[in-house]
This record gives sequence, structure tokens and C-alpha cells, in this order.
Amino acid sequence: MNTIELEEEKKLTTKNSTNVSGSVAVFEILLAENVKTVFGYPGGAIMPIYDALYDYPDRIEHILTRHEQGAIHAAQGFARTSGEVGVVFATSGPGATNLVTGLADAMIDSTPLVCITGQVFAHLLGTDAFQETDVVNITTPVTKWNYQITDATEIPSVLAKAFYIAKSGRPGPVLIDITKNAQIQKFDFEGYKSINHVRSYRPKPIVRKEYIEEAAKLINEAKKPFVIFGQGVILGEAEKEFKAFIEKGGIPAAWTILGLSALPTDHPLNVGMLGMHGNYGPNVLTNDCDVLIAVGMRFDDRVTGRLDRYAKQAKIIHMDIDPSEIDKNVKVTVPVWGDCKETLPILTQLIEKKTHKEWLQKFEEYKEKEKEKCFDKDLHPTTDALSMGEVMNLLNELTDGNAVIVSDVGQHQMVACRYAKFNQTRSNVTSGGLGTMGFGLPAAIGAKLGAPERTVVCVAGDGGFQMTLQELGTIMQNNINLKMIILNNQFLGMVRQWQELFNERRYSFTDIESPDFVALAQAYHIEGPNVSERNKLKNALKEMLDHDGAYLLEVMVGKEHNVFPMVPQGCSVAEIRLS
Amino acid sequence: MNSKPTNMSNSSIAASGKQEYTITVYSEDQIGILNRISIIFSRRKINIQTLNTSPSEVPGIHRFNIVIDETEEVIKKLVRQIEKQVDVLKAYYNTNDEIIWQEMALYKVPTDIIAEKAKVERLLHQFGARVVAIRKDYTVFETTGHREETDRLISALEPYGLIEFVRSARVAIIKESEGFHFKVKEFEKQQPGEEVIENEYLDKQSEVFTM
Repeated sequence: MNTIELEEEKKLTTKNSTNVSGSVAVFEILLAENVKTVFGYPGGAIMPIYDALYDYPDRIEHILTRHEQGAIHAAQGFARTSGEVGVVFATSGPGATNLVTGLADAMIDSTPLVCITGQVFAHLLGTDAFQETDVVNITTPVTKWNYQITDATEIPSVLAKAFYIAKSGRPGPVLIDITKNAQIQKFDFEGYKSINHVRSYRPKPIVRKEYIEEAAKLINEAKKPFVIFGQGVILGEAEKEFKAFIEKGGIPAAWTILGLSALPTDHPLNVGMLGMHGNYGPNVLTNDCDVLIAVGMRFDDRVTGRLDRYAKQAKIIHMDIDPSEIDKNVKVTVPVWGDCKETLPILTQLIEKKTHKEWLQKFEEYKEKEKEKCFDKDLHPTTDALSMGEVMNLLNELTDGNAVIVSDVGQHQMVACRYAKFNQTRSNVTSGGLGTMGFGLPAAIGAKLGAPERTVVCVAGDGGFQMTLQELGTIMQNNINLKMIILNNQFLGMVRQWQELFNERRYSFTDIESPDFVALAQAYHIEGPNVSERNKLKNALKEMLDHDGAYLLEVMVGKEHNVFPMVPQGCSVAEIRLS
Repeated sequence: MNSKPTNMSNSSIAASGKQEYTITVYSEDQIGILNRISIIFSRRKINIQTLNTSPSEVPGIHRFNIVIDETEEVIKKLVRQIEKQVDVLKAYYNTNDEIIWQEMALYKVPTDIIAEKAKVERLLHQFGARVVAIRKDYTVFETTGHREETDRLISALEPYGLIEFVRSARVAIIKESEGFHFKVKEFEKQQPGEEVIENEYLDKQSEVFTM
């Protein structure tokens, strides 16, 4: 700190000793918002906040990660399992830019976050000061809302807005950049009130009953109705309402990768996963149904495949809280704007009780075919090499669907999501929209802190794990009881699979070497073996789950196994390949 | 910014299905909102033809006019993305025949030419140009009108040594609109219920903010 900064600091702190500093106000507000856990990393421009944090050891749990990206992914994992807002601290400049990947991930996956970044003194803004970067402008495209505070008196109103905006409507990340002078400045803090109204912001569109009536009419006339659902059901806490709706209508329901766990895996109407590596029946029958009911999902290209051949025969009902999603990718017959927790019960009331036995039978038939052509050899391989599928299968058996599974990105992610068994909601944490490799490990740390009573298993590949493996230090320092499985195929498997299928096996830079993961974990005092033999797998998994504390299990799997079914890029969902 | 001249008729649709649309945005007066709006276009590689920001009929509420050449389908999606921004109250889009609009242009020409050539004087009269400033070496004229009108005066003045030219963004009034006063009330009507207490700072943001 130079002398000008010190003088500035002195001036600000001596103004009125009965008042509180901006930094203290930040913590009083966090406590008022019921925030108990914060993920972060200190640095020069956020030092006053960290100094204030020193006085809150029993009330605020701060998790020091090893990188700001780790902090924000952990906050995402925390938000996903707890349903609360994840809070992140980072310093200016590199600290803040390291948050960008996490912000983009949270934005596209609608995860509520409030990120507080330190910023240089207001009088230094725009002077290329040390660790100054234009954080507000850098993060504008990847935040639901952001704001720079240069005066401490703004802190209460802006943070109230931040929390309200992050969690209401379609949730998303909010970033608040606070200049150092505002953190130090003392002001008259008259207490804090959370808000639930911002004039220019309408988190929920007005529910239009006439459209719900029209939707009910379509559903009642349908012979082959099909429900596809996404994370909106979980974010809206509408799992019960959703279940009641499909049960009354007797409508088969398939999920997007983020909708997973909103409906128990063994529910008779749960027909599986949609999209590029989803299940056979749900993909093919999307192009066979007569009414397609989309609930809280956004028709991502990985779900729809080729758009001009997507469900063209069907009438489409789209229920979503975000009006900009209606007609964005798929032209809708009947839009139902609103929070599905409010709209689903109205719709359920209006639909007739039905069973659609024949139609459901069709899904069963496809399931049989898929089992025979794909899953049997995946789950019970006859070769020596272990498969990812059999690991997931055994894990399911041992956890009985009660664990939270956090996956990274790649082949293992598709396998983990498709085979995972879940009995309760908020059990699946993964980077869906952005496909952020390296998300898994830090997100799992947050997921465990967000659901401390539950078993949390991080499933990662050898590539993604190496992107954020520094967070093993966070696990060590905070004694986080996290189970980690690395499914090591010694390749960047998903890209390798595409290279095999579409680039004539030109394996351009997908052959990746790994450290000795077991030794690496040991360096962090984390136990766990490397397993490559089938007869040792089940015991190893059991030991992992029974172990008191963090555990890392590396499983060597077949090097060139592929994930099927697959809808190749540019193909329609009906053109899904089984091999 | 694109400055290609547009067609003479009010609302003409090109073969591509594209036509000129004027987007009107009502927003809170917040730093950064211009960036939030403009990146909605740049992200999709859509060129903004003109953009104007100004106060609106309602005190404290900002009004944007943005002119875009696109198909209605694209415009609809853009407007929804704009409206999704937290600090935006409402966004509308209109074709040219649904609005009254004007653009202002300034022309700087050598004073001696005007003094010498009666033709130039006639031209300026004919276009309804108004003198804004007369100096020894240059004179500045102003016209207000549609794009094609201001464009025509440029080409007419070019042979006489047009030194500088600048044109403002389009400002537009929506024919059908009853103004935003009523709408704002509607937004404010969504007030919290009894159990909720308004944050005392929220409405005082302009007073609180200092740089």
C-alpha cells in the first residue's frame, strides 16, 4: 500500500467511530440473509472485508479454496444441493477474472450466486492501478445483474437487491464489485432489510389461465403425450406438483441432464434421459409423440439435435418462468408462462385422469432394445477392462440412490447421469450448459457443505480432475468428507470418441498422461487405492463409502470405450445410434 | 454503425424478410445498462444502425431508441432478451409506419462558397436548412427529417465542398402509445404485500451513488 492509500484509509476510518465500516456491514447483511458459508480467496483489494471476517469466526464459515475458480464452483455446488444462494469472495484483478468461468457456468445453468469482489480505491478507477481490471464490464454478459459500489452507504440497498435478484425468478449469478474505500468507509448503518420487489424487474410472469386451459385441452385430446422436464422443476421446488401432474395424466416423463433427480429414478413414469447421450426411447419417441409438454427446460441443442427435424409432428406446450425462452429455439403451440410450482397444480386440476398404457409400452420396448444392444455389455462387460458403466452400477447398488453425485464433464458425466439412481431431489450436480471441465471436484466440496448429512461422491475423469486438482488442498484443510472416484481411461475420452467416429481416429492431443493420483492424494493426506481388476472393485467402493473422511478411488477403465446411445451432431433425435 | 441509405417508403421488407425496426426501451437510469443492452446485439453479430439514449416522459426513467434491420422473428427474440435485463422496465418494437421519427443532421460548408453561389443558398432553402453558426471561414447548417432527406442534402452539397457532416440517431415516438406513465404505475403496483418492508435505500439510488 502506498502512502496515499494509507492516508485515504485513515481519513475514512476516523470519520465517525460510532458508525460501522462497509466491510462490517457486508457481514451483518450476510447474516441477515442467513448466509453461513462463504467460499473465497483473499487479496489486496478485498483485505478490509477479510479483516472484518476475522471477527465472525463462529457465525460465518469461510472456506479457503486454492483458486478463485474453485471458490465459485464450490459455491455453485453448495447452491445446487442446499437450494440457497452461494456466496463468493475474491479480490480485484486476477481474483475477479478467475471467477468468469464459474459465472458463465452459473448463468447458463441458472445457479443463484452472489459474488463479492474487491476493487481498487474509487479514485484509482481507470488508472490501470495495481490489480485493477474492469470487472463489471468483463462480467456483464455472464451475470444476471452486477454493480459497482464506490460508497459504503450503497452497500445495504445493493446487497439487498443482489440477494433478491440472484434467487428470485430464474435464478442466476450476481456480482457486486466494492471499491476498497467503500469497504473501509464508516457510515451510519441503520440495519438491514431484505427486499422482494425491484421496480424494473419482474421475476415471475403473470400466470394466464386461458393458456393453461388450452394446454389442458391439448393434453386431454392427446393419445401420445410426452413430458420433458428440466431444472425448472427443481429450482421452482415443484417436484411434488410435477409428480402429481404426470401421475394424473399418466404421461411418460424424460429429463434433461439438469432435471435429473427431480423425479425418482424408479418412478414408473420416469423413462430416462434426453439428448445427445440420452436414452433411446425418449429420443426416438420425441419424434413420435402427439403432444410434447416441456416443463422448466430450454430446448438446448444437445437436447433437440437437429432443430428442423425436432418433434415436428407434435403440438408443443412450453411451461417456463423465463418469457425469453418461449419460441427461442422451438416454436411453441401453447406457451404457459410462470413458475411451474404455480402453473402445474392448475394444469393438473384441468387434465383428465388417464394411463396411456400402450404408449408407455412403447418406451418399454425401446428400453429393452437399448438394454440388449448397449447396456448389457456396458454394465456387465465380458472383456477384462473395467467399464465406467459397471462402476456407476455398483455405486448405485451400494448407495441405494441416496448419495449426491457430482460429475465433471465428458464421457464419465454422460455415464454417471444416465445410470445414476436417485431417490431424492437435488442429488445431481453437474455442469450442463457450459460443460466446464474441472467443475466436478470444487463443486463437490460445495455440494458436501450444502448437504452435510448426505454422502457426496465426485465422479471425474482423468482430464477434468487435473484441471482443478489443487482443491485437494481445500479438502485437506477443511476436513471435507468427500468421496472421489477418478474414472481413468488415459484419454480425453469424449473428444477421443468424436475423433474415432468422425475424424478417422486422428487422436489429436487427446492422449493425456496423469500423475500417480494415489500418491498425489497421499501428499494431501487423503487415502485411497488404484483399482483395475473387477474382483476388487466392489470392495474398493465399499471401503470408500465406509471410510470416515475424504477418500480418492482411482479406477482404471477401458481406454477406448465409447458412450452410446449417441445422437451425432447435425442429426435428428430419431437418428440416435446404439453403436 | 451502418449508414447505408434506406428505402423511401415507410416500411419496406427486403427479400431476406428484413426491414427497419425501431426498438424503444424504458429502463432505470443505471450505469452499465447501455452496455447490457448493446451486447445483446453484438453477441448475435447484429449491427445497430442508430442508438439514442435520452430521458423519457417519466422522470427518472431512461428511454432508448435503437434502429435495427432484421426480420420480425429475430427482433422479437432481441426485445425479449432486452426486457429480461433486470434494469429494463419494458421494450417495444415498431415498424416505420407505426412511429413518427426524426433525425438531425449538421453540415459544415465553406462560407465563401455560400456567399458567392446563389445556387447553394437556394439548395439550403429548398431543404429547409437552418443556419446554426456563421464564421469567417465556415458556416454550419442544420436539418431535421428522415434519413433520405438528410442524405439528399449531403449529395447536393458535396460539389460545393462539404467540410464536415454528422447525423444524430433516430428519435421516435410510437403513434399508438399512451405514454409510459400508466405503465410505470402498473410496475409500481406490483408492490410487496403487508408483510414486506420496502428497502429504504432502493428508491434513493441516485442520491446514494457518488463516484
